[in-house]
Amino acid sequence: MEHYSMNLTLKVWKQKNTKTKGHFETFQVKNISSEMSFLEMFDVLNEQLIAEGKEPIAFDHDCREGICGMCSMYINGRAHGPWHHTTTCQLHMREYKDGDTIVVEPWRANAFPVIKDLVVDRQAFDRIIQAGGYISANTGNAVDANSIPIEKHKADEAFAAAACIGCGACVAACPNASAMLFLSAKASHLALLPQGDPERKIRAVNMVEQMDKEGFGSCSNIGLCEASCPKGISLENIARLNREYLGAVFGEGGDNA
Amino acid sequence: MPLNSKIPQGELSQKWTTYKSTCKLVNPANKRQLEVIVIGTGLAGASAAASLGEMGYKVKTFCFQDSPRRAHSIAAQGGINAAKNYQNDGDSTYRLFYDTVKGGDYRSREGNVYRLAEVSANIIDQCVAQGVPFAREYGGLLSNRSFGGVQVQRTFYAAGQTGQQLLIGAYQALERQVALGNVTQYSRHEMLEVVIIDGKARGVIVRNLVTGELERHFGHAVLLCSGGYGNVFYLSTNAMGSNVTAAWKAHKSGAFFGNPCFTQIHPTCIPVSGDHQSKLTLMSESLRNDGRIWVPKKQGDTRKPNEIPVEERDYYLERRYPAFGNLVPRDVASRAAKERCDAGYGVGSSRQAVYLDFASAIERYGKIEAGKHGNHNPDAETVRQLGEEVVKEKYGNLFEMYEKITGEDPYKIPMRIYPAVHYTMGGLWVDYELMTTVPGLYALGEANFSDHGANRLGASALMQGLADGYFVIPYTLGNYLADDIRTKAIPTTHEAFEAAEKKVKERIETMMNIKGSESVESFHKRLGKIMWDKCGMARNAKGLAEAIEEIKALRKEFWANVRIPGEIKEYNPELDKAGRVADFLELGELMCKDALYRSESCGGHFREESQTEEGEALRKDDEFTLVAAWEYKGDSNFELHKEDLNYEVMHLTQRSYK
Ligand SMILES: Cc1cc2nc3c(=O)[nH]c(=O)nc-3n(C[C@H](O)[C@H](O)[C@H](O)COP(=O)(O)OP(=O)(O)OC[C@H]3O[C@@H](n4cnc5c(N)ncnc54)[C@H](O)[C@@H]3O)c2cc1C
Ligand code: SF4
Ligand code: FES
Repeated sequence: MEHYSMNLTLKVWKQKNTKTKGHFETFQVKNISSEMSFLEMFDVLNEQLIAEGKEPIAFDHDCREGICGMCSMYINGRAHGPWHHTTTCQLHMREYKDGDTIVVEPWRANAFPVIKDLVVDRQAFDRIIQAGGYISANTGNAVDANSIPIEKHKADEAFAAAACIGCGACVAACPNASAMLFLSAKASHLALLPQGDPERKIRAVNMVEQMDKEGFGSCSNIGLCEASCPKGISLENIARLNREYLGAVFGEGGDNA
Repeated sequence: MPLNSKIPQGELSQKWTTYKSTCKLVNPANKRQLEVIVIGTGLAGASAAASLGEMGYKVKTFCFQDSPRRAHSIAAQGGINAAKNYQNDGDSTYRLFYDTVKGGDYRSREGNVYRLAEVSANIIDQCVAQGVPFAREYGGLLSNRSFGGVQVQRTFYAAGQTGQQLLIGAYQALERQVALGNVTQYSRHEMLEVVIIDGKARGVIVRNLVTGELERHFGHAVLLCSGGYGNVFYLSTNAMGSNVTAAWKAHKSGAFFGNPCFTQIHPTCIPVSGDHQSKLTLMSESLRNDGRIWVPKKQGDTRKPNEIPVEERDYYLERRYPAFGNLVPRDVASRAAKERCDAGYGVGSSRQAVYLDFASAIERYGKIEAGKHGNHNPDAETVRQLGEEVVKEKYGNLFEMYEKITGEDPYKIPMRIYPAVHYTMGGLWVDYELMTTVPGLYALGEANFSDHGANRLGASALMQGLADGYFVIPYTLGNYLADDIRTKAIPTTHEAFEAAEKKVKERIETMMNIKGSESVESFHKRLGKIMWDKCGMARNAKGLAEAIEEIKALRKEFWANVRIPGEIKEYNPELDKAGRVADFLELGELMCKDALYRSESCGGHFREESQTEEGEALRKDDEFTLVAAWEYKGDSNFELHKEDLNYEVMHLTQRSYK
């Protein structure tokens, strides 16, 4: 890999807190190495701002390995930026060249109020899980793990749905700010496993109801969620959830089908 | 104060059974009156909080991320051990116990480790019941792999995302309890002080990180599940936010700190690429099952890896440790990599890296796959393609991550790896019941000094965190709270709460008012460099003594010259970080003191003065078969207490993986 360094112009959303209005501010950063991650570029900018006696830009991050789901930047019109199946923290600066301008915004959705700058409140996701995103198994009651064999392809499918990191990019990418990809990934993960089967209808109904309560929009099958999802969560999950949900509400399909 | 580890009497295999059948219980009606505070929602905290909530206690959880699901446990890759013996390869509770004590270089408690091995099988059952999608075989049964330092296949995994799947399982169990009203959860809250009343932990002071307000919370008991402190080195595989603050505040309030210098340096991480580096990324140890580690035989060889013929490569682990080869424990593998690089055989532009090469595995798997397809004379390209597919199925996400970070394709070019700080075996000293030296204050998971002795085996931290949370604390906490059923909730207007809050407030104000010229980040980096250079993979008396002085000076500078932008009463990540770095600046000194005291080499702690002629670690069992537990006595002043380790079942031998 040839490494190079670059100067960039950043237009970043600044917002003091939930109550105030935000605006874009422009910053220049110099000598950014192509080996840096996108967030390391922000570290450089923030150190520069602190040295100048200004306030750094607040952004969420923790693992910087693409797994915790904390990082959340809307970069040049795309949730998590241009790389396919990649979180903001895993995006690297070799994507950019000297002189580029990059526009960075927070996730935008009514259900995700801005806390400060690029940081939003995603507790609505926790509440959707509270509504039913679990299997009711108390500690200590479990039977031997191998007593229920599960077909490998089903286990793999459940795993693929369970890979969701709860980042909210699907919501940010969706013109309706729908949380259907997130929700359906969880419902599918659990419904695909025999352990999760008994609760699957009630789970679907309760989670969807909570999603509506939180102010997420409804799904109109646009598919931008899937395109932005860093973990490749598939639209299949939404189709599966819809079947589950209709089955539960109208008494079709499901257990007796 | 004499240290009482409270290990139950009796035969090793009966201790936990005896404990469980004789410990005190709290009846359900009383549980509803008892409040428990849980700091941290990683595997240890989430599993504890969910289980205690189910049992009927009133639980409050706190974490500094925006959701409990983001705790650092989420990043664990490789797997979780359990003595299920599903592979029928001779595994048993005893063998897992034996491997863990040996792997820990005989610096852990037999009683604790045996219990851990005993409950390990239940963990897998519990997780499967919750819907954790572990990897499975075509027959529908669970799949296993082997991990460094052992010769059986007992590691359960979910691709390279085991920690994520386990944590999501525990998180969901926790959210269910939140929905049921048994647990109240506080995200973006940071615990900054323990409140002690009449000698017992009775609550905490936390800061709401969104508003900057301080809050008081009462609990009949407080559980610290706040993770490890590897970030004292600045660069580590830990998440950016991982810190020692909760444990350190507890330490300063009377909880002893056990073996603080025991740090695990993981052999397979992506090497540092420049000064901008903010963290290091682990490449799971499971890769060593299939990857071969080598460096060129010639010093300073600048040829590309694929241009170096096999005869001119030094597969140094296979050469030095023929019995375990690439699967030696982490401490051994890390030191061997450092030795080669220090001797001038390192690769890559920094020369601080070795190769982890999958070419042989790709070829081997490719041939097997071709054979399965009835192709017994496949061409090289077919073999490569088929082999790559197998490797992709096993490690795909790790290879992808490597490529995203380095821009190189590890299917074609060997990975470059180098050791990095990964885990801290040291932590708050706890007895068999997981209670610290402060009554009512417990430590679980990586935050305690734990069951791993001087070195942790791969896939054992997840096991320990969940063992502590699901299967140990539900019993041991009851044993304590049974005597507390008459204690009414203490109002947070109590003077002890007042005083604790005042202390926190003043410290924050002092820090903000320094208005110096150097950023928090810069102090953290400087501390990290001292720690890595002098208290890292190899340590010696001179370096440690220097480090202690350097850290003291740095700490002084911090308190005179740190610059924290913004305000107290707002969302201010720089202020959060400043508090954490201030605590690291105190912890670092204690780690160096502990490392200086322990003049032997054991596990991850390598004292250059104590090695064999072949350069292997040399323990001093007569002097150091003990836990060094440090009591805080005021600024830079720590008093040592020793807990002797008694081995009744295991025989202490120098570890050999040759
Ligand atoms: C990259 C990586 C890979 C790993 N892979 C494996 C593996 O394959 N197998 C294995 O067994 N182990 C592995 N480990 C080790 C293992 O993941 C950890 O040791 C373990 O997950 C720690 O769990 P925990 O619950 O103790 O703490 P954590 O998961 O670190 O959780 C700490 C919690 O405490 C909270 N907290 C901390 N301080 C405060 C405070 N002051 N106030 C409020 N909340 C606070 C945090 O918000 C968080 O919720 C790996 C570690 C790393 C870094
Ligand atoms: S579905 Fe994808 S985009 Fe949505 S929260 Fe999950 S991982 Fe993020
Ligand atoms: S910081 Fe964890 S996913 Fe990006």
